[in-house]
Amino acid sequence: MFPTTDFRRRAAEKAIQYLVLPAMLLAVWQVLFHTGFLRPMTLPPPTRLARTFLELLENGQLLRHVEISVLRVLEGFALASLLGTVLGVGIGLSGKLDRLTDLVLQLMKPIPPIAWIPMAILWFGIEEASKIFIIFMGAFFPILVNVTDGIRQTDRKFVEVARILSVPRGKFVRQVVIAGAFPSIMTGLRVGLGVAWICVVAAELIAASQGVGYMIMDARQLSQPDVVLVGMITIGVIGKLMDCAIRQAERRLVTWKAPYRGESG
Amino acid sequence: MIRNLGKTFTAPGGEIIALDGIGLTVRKGEFLSLVGSSGCGKSTLLRIIAGLETEYEGTVLLGGNPIRGPGLDRGMVFQEHRLFPWLTVEENVAFAIDGGGGEEKTRLVREHLFRVRLTGFEKAFPYQLSGGMAHRVAIARALVNRPRILLMDEPFGSLDAITRIRMQQEILRIWEAERTTMVLVTHDIEEAVYLGDRVAVMSRRPGTIRDVVPVDLPRPRDRSSRAFAFIRKAIYDDFLDEGDGLERQQDELSRYPSGVEDIPVAAATRHGFHAVFQLQAPMGG
Repeated sequence: MFPTTDFRRRAAEKAIQYLVLPAMLLAVWQVLFHTGFLRPMTLPPPTRLARTFLELLENGQLLRHVEISVLRVLEGFALASLLGTVLGVGIGLSGKLDRLTDLVLQLMKPIPPIAWIPMAILWFGIEEASKIFIIFMGAFFPILVNVTDGIRQTDRKFVEVARILSVPRGKFVRQVVIAGAFPSIMTGLRVGLGVAWICVVAAELIAASQGVGYMIMDARQLSQPDVVLVGMITIGVIGKLMDCAIRQAERRLVTWKAPYRGESG
Repeated sequence: MIRNLGKTFTAPGGEIIALDGIGLTVRKGEFLSLVGSSGCGKSTLLRIIAGLETEYEGTVLLGGNPIRGPGLDRGMVFQEHRLFPWLTVEENVAFAIDGGGGEEKTRLVREHLFRVRLTGFEKAFPYQLSGGMAHRVAIARALVNRPRILLMDEPFGSLDAITRIRMQQEILRIWEAERTTMVLVTHDIEEAVYLGDRVAVMSRRPGTIRDVVPVDLPRPRDRSSRAFAFIRKAIYDDFLDEGDGLERQQDELSRYPSGVEDIPVAAATRHGFHAVFQLQAPMGG
């Protein structure tokens, strides 16, 4: 047998494994509707959602809301990445900075980003700034924690190599510490982006006049469960796409590690 | 050159004397093997010479100056290759070079990779290399600054037997070409005898130098020769009963009829309690 056909068959198998569960869920959902088990007002069937989705796509509503939400996420996430990475590296390298900031950060970390919403509205109003603030609060801590951990996990053995070679401090930090922490930094960014996306929707649910979260809240008040569900699924799909994008970036940037995919032996 | 070196570790439950009264002189250009069982402090001794451990009693001099910390005049190869997994082979070697022009740097890296026979693997990442190849890169990295002394801490301990023998030949080839002073720490007596001009034998708890055994055998050495076996056994026995190993060897030696060709040419010098003695045998052969 040619290796190419073998490879193709395996790729097809993998694609099926990937899609079989969602396909089954949709099928069951649709069947339950046809047997009269589900009422359209509480859970409309997939076919109805598909129609609503196309309508929202056609009149441009969905894209407009998505665009605004994504933009907010990117802004808040960019801010959180920058500050989280810089402060994380600083704290990881300096015990002094760690002690200076630890108590404040540890006290703020357990506060859910959503709990900041009242204060955010007081401080920043209901415009863009308050959403970006909420996203920042959500994404900042996972990034900070992962970056700091990554720096702290620098292998002593590599530190010794750098000492033996009398490597200057700057080069040591860049090429040994930060380079070694890079996978952790990427993990932090990935988790941070996920949280940022959760936060934008949460912030929009409570106080907004646009965005996917607002679209859902608006549809709830107008008793349009299909629009609510389309909004929710859109949130899921975009979250997944963002995660894929950042994973792809990680794979491009970390070429020196062969990832583990659950194989044994 | 090391005089009266001592090192104490503080451990829960009291102090542990790791090294006590070590005296050892490493000659310029020689290959010195340092053997001892695990826990005898041989690695600690090497780390002191490297400058990684700076708290000790006594004197450790390098070219007349006391060692206060690491320096580029000493290169080190560890038991694990310790290559940075995120750097390619050439980047790992280049990492050792401080500054310098790009072209000069590239030339040095190429030259040293050629020396360890890894030309063509410049762009590979460590995870793509075999154990022996990764160790050769580590050796290239340690040599690229042209250190006066190359320190090796059980460098081949994690390799399989065949690869280890290849690496031993490789390091000898480099030593013969460069004449860098080399100090090798190992628990493998055969390795110590195969490579060393002299073999320093360490005892344990506290670690001290028991013997320094010269290995006056021509290179390349034949591991299966009588002379080789004789020296190896002398050191081996020395370990086993921490006492009269060399004396018994001498007894055995006296049983050989004199003038037989394959009687070893060996001289064993023993410091410490007992006498310094020489084992003589016919020259040549």
